[in-house]
Amino acid sequence: MADSLLALDDLAVHFTVGGTFAGGLKTLKAVEGITLDVKPGECLGLVGESGCGKSTLALAIMGLIAPTRGRIALDGRNLNQRARLETARTVQMVFQDPYASLNPRQTVRRTLADPLRLQGLRDKAEVDGRVMDMLAKVGLRPEHADRYPHEFSGGQRQRIGIARALILRPKLVICDEPVSALDVSIRAQIINLLLELKDEMGLAYIMISHDLGVVEHVSDRVAVMYLGRIVEQGGWQEIFENPRHPYTRALIAAIPDPFHRAPAATVRAKAKGEIASALNPPPGCPFHPRCPIKAERCVSELPALEAVAPGHRAACHFRDRPQ
Amino acid sequence: MTVPLLKIEELRIALAGDGVAHNAVEDVSFEIGRGEAFGLVGESGCGKSITALAVMGLLRRPLSLANGRIVLDGRDIQGSSPAEWRRLRGSRIAMIFQEPMTALNPLSPVGKQIAEMFVLHKGASWSEAMDRAEEALRQVRVPSPERRIRDYPHQLSGGMRQRVMIAIALACGPDLLIADEPTTALDVTVQSEIIDLMAELCAAKGTAILMISHDLGLVSNMCRRVAVMYAGRIVESQPAEAIFATPRHPYTQGLVDSLPRLGERARHGRQRLREISGVVPSIASYPAGCRFNPRCSAATEICRRTVPGLTMLPEGGLVRCHHHG
Repeated sequence: MADSLLALDDLAVHFTVGGTFAGGLKTLKAVEGITLDVKPGECLGLVGESGCGKSTLALAIMGLIAPTRGRIALDGRNLNQRARLETARTVQMVFQDPYASLNPRQTVRRTLADPLRLQGLRDKAEVDGRVMDMLAKVGLRPEHADRYPHEFSGGQRQRIGIARALILRPKLVICDEPVSALDVSIRAQIINLLLELKDEMGLAYIMISHDLGVVEHVSDRVAVMYLGRIVEQGGWQEIFENPRHPYTRALIAAIPDPFHRAPAATVRAKAKGEIASALNPPPGCPFHPRCPIKAERCVSELPALEAVAPGHRAACHFRDRPQ
Repeated sequence: MTVPLLKIEELRIALAGDGVAHNAVEDVSFEIGRGEAFGLVGESGCGKSITALAVMGLLRRPLSLANGRIVLDGRDIQGSSPAEWRRLRGSRIAMIFQEPMTALNPLSPVGKQIAEMFVLHKGASWSEAMDRAEEALRQVRVPSPERRIRDYPHQLSGGMRQRVMIAIALACGPDLLIADEPTTALDVTVQSEIIDLMAELCAAKGTAILMISHDLGLVSNMCRRVAVMYAGRIVESQPAEAIFATPRHPYTQGLVDSLPRLGERARHGRQRLREISGVVPSIASYPAGCRFNPRCSAATEICRRTVPGLTMLPEGGLVRCHHHG
């Protein structure tokens, strides 16, 4: 689509693993057949559990992993035709762990100024001005510029991480679990900040999180991943109010709701067992071993991601069956 | 009133630093009844985990028990000898940890690690203990337990490892299970399975639970009563439903309001989340008076000067705030 900021077409990222102890080489399909788009200024929530491929997908979009198959178009142009520095001006990333993702030996000023210098900005006054602007935007004070990461709290470090991602004024920011490493009483500050900056700078986000409360709060659209594939996608309200894939329902049912103590309906929606290994995914629908409504055809036949309503798609043979 | 299973009285845990000692935990008191699930909630560094370690007799330097009583079944246990502690741990009080991979011995098959409990505490022979280990694995619903008892921890998934931890903890039918962030390292769908399993097994055996977590929602779903800790002190303790419906301490109120709650946006549109300003204080710089006062919008002069005591609420429960109500 022409108006998409990011368009993924049948994207696949496979890794080859093994070959030493365990015998032959195996293919790990971390990301398989993903078609997705993000429009300018939009927030796409990306949900899934560990090993579902959401971080691999993020790295592929960042241009840090070459796709095995498929196409990534950023701003209408293929990612592999863009220069590294040009891609960096368009898409940036905020990481989960603000402790590990900042260089402990660099001051905040250097961390924020380096991307500008790499992009060819030579004028020292201008670099300084942009750094100070950015610090103010994320709620840090000018004197913070000359401090090192260890002098900050977790929440402040994440503010630095956000400032680093935004200093080049990108159009798309991938936020990979941006609050899950933070203290609970700090999370609201960072979520509010991300939403303010989105409006102020016209950013599009891909918000990767396993916290459905956060995803519902920030997203315009939501995609749910399971074992490398998208199993459901749609508008945030569709996904949360009328989920069609049993895995989406299981994710929602798994959230402890302090106001309603485990009613019988959610017990039925819960998934059994654990996520299969992506190295050895089950045949047919990858969710079938855990699915509360599986039938015979689920064991052999992979369901396609098909429309249940305009803009809402689910990869389940029983997507039209009500909850 | 019957004697509670566990009674903690005015617990103070000291942290020895460079020449100065800090109180990592101060004036912590609570009771857990037989078979009751009790939750202790707080952020990292608030002292909830070391409170649990104190109950297990596992405080080690630089941490030490400076004051207080730990009463199990009417008997003071804080002064127990190392040999007495070893007998208590595993047989009367057991604990499961956040990261099962680091809590299990990587060099020993999981069946043997469970069987060890029967050998050490029940005087069983190894062959008898291995049979009981297999049964214990079946109880925590590990598939094919007859094969799994020979597996090493690295061969199991995170959820399976936590099941093994639960099997070890519950092997000797302890009176109290301490669960310190038991599902934080697990995926959400696995988390709810483990919580359900733990609650079910403990209910069946009449085991009390001390559940420790940063997740207020998770704890209040599982426990009957919940205490909230902030910076080394209990600030509020209420029945689980009340802690969400009518939190009385500004910190708890802030926590409850700051969580994006599922379904909220559909009902009321997107509202800006209520923030708790400031940062969690570090142990070396706890503020005077109420430790929450620099972050509290209702703080007044007295909050900066005087440590608030615990006030009994009319509907039951306790709150530590000068301006509660």
